[in-house]
Amino acid sequence: MAEMSRHSALVRATHWIIALSSLALLLSGVEILISHPRFYWGENGNVLTPVLFKLPIPSSRQLVPTGYGYVLPDQNGWSRSLHFQSAWLVVLTGLVYVVAGFVSGHFRRDLLPRGEDVSWRALWRTVATHLRFERPSAAEAWSYNLLQRLSYLFVIFALFPLVIWTGLAMSPAFTSAFPATVDLLGGRQSARTLHFFAALLLLLFLLVHVGMVWFAGFRSRMRTMIRGRIDGPLEGA
Amino acid sequence: MTNFSRRKLIKTGLSAAAGVTGLGVAAGLAKNYGLIPPDHAGIWGVGETLNYASYRLLTNHSMAREFARSEISATPLANEMSPPSDEFKKLQAGGFADWRLAVDGLVDRPGAFSLEQLKSFPSRSQITQLACEEGWSYVAEWTGVPVSHVLEAAGIQPHARYVVYFSIDPDWWDSIDMTDALHPQTYLAYGMNGGDLSVGNGGPLRMRVPRQLGYKNVKFITRLAVTDDLRKFGKGLGSASPEGGYAWFAGV
Repeated sequence: MAEMSRHSALVRATHWIIALSSLALLLSGVEILISHPRFYWGENGNVLTPVLFKLPIPSSRQLVPTGYGYVLPDQNGWSRSLHFQSAWLVVLTGLVYVVAGFVSGHFRRDLLPRGEDVSWRALWRTVATHLRFERPSAAEAWSYNLLQRLSYLFVIFALFPLVIWTGLAMSPAFTSAFPATVDLLGGRQSARTLHFFAALLLLLFLLVHVGMVWFAGFRSRMRTMIRGRIDGPLEGA
Repeated sequence: MTNFSRRKLIKTGLSAAAGVTGLGVAAGLAKNYGLIPPDHAGIWGVGETLNYASYRLLTNHSMAREFARSEISATPLANEMSPPSDEFKKLQAGGFADWRLAVDGLVDRPGAFSLEQLKSFPSRSQITQLACEEGWSYVAEWTGVPVSHVLEAAGIQPHARYVVYFSIDPDWWDSIDMTDALHPQTYLAYGMNGGDLSVGNGGPLRMRVPRQLGYKNVKFITRLAVTDDLRKFGKGLGSASPEGGYAWFAGV
């Protein structure tokens, strides 16, 4: 097959920058979480307050009652710095991607469900295909199926905005300028709890995404996302 | 070399030069407008600078959220603390009558204030949240004297840029810029929830900076030093926190 373009250079570059920064955010987020693996709702919440729920993991702080007989080392210093530096990278790169996606027609062309797909029947068909673990057809290497489109749109326009919003709502400096960002969520502890769930959903997306890439043909899909072209034989076709 | 690749080379070179110049101009402007934090060097410098610069550009006059009395937490956690020194215990035994707050550096009238003198200044109260970088928080009513009042009593000199504050614990000190130091919610707090500030919560005197996280709110304050250059203190990073791996600016 002749070399043909599948992903634009901008999509590939922003994809990998956001992928790496998201991994850094995940790692540093877990480290920060370990210093207080307890969750609350509202404004107040500390080791003397009843929890909404807590994670059954050890902590990096002596004061947190975990049931474990040991305290993990404190990694919050570099973790916080890595978290914010990666967050800047995700936000700035994400802005470039979103603006370019509207301008270039990428969202309309590649992510918005196609006219013939906007029906329960079409949705059911693609869900059934996935449930039967059918390998994607050759045509699918060239465009996203309905479930892909919907999940990518959800990640780009719901999960990332939510995780950024709830993150900013935990900043006392930011909320001094924009108090509604935390008040609307019901308080700082609510924002923190929602931040955790948004991150959890992003992690779930990451696992399913990588799993599906593996299923569809890891090497060919990786090659396409790095070099932009579909060349050579299609796996799984 | 073909024309095409030469044109491409010139174009790339020009854009690179423009980029570098742009970055240089941005850095110069940022420095002039006081947007560079003292711990801007090293691998986290870009993030720290973006955090602090956006704080300075967005929030000069913004007020930390204040709460209704009904939102005050029943559990204002004191957090872990190293055991008090003999010096502290002696002052505590005397009811903190001999506690002194020294004010020095770029002020016209360096000196020291007793707690009684600080309490004779107009007192202010705020119901604000103390949020720890670990994730926990509580809302409390804090009573104290605005730092701006103490500094004005000592006479701030015009080239002052930062206020460095020290705990009685020699390893614990921090600093804020003048915008934060003169902010109406920045207090030297001596009371909490209607009573004296407990030792666990930083009594008899705690720095209260509600637009920044808990660790910026240093306990047991004994000295304010007004300066134009943070390199004169400790390792020059503006506070004990960066020396321990934590950011100087703690608004996030």
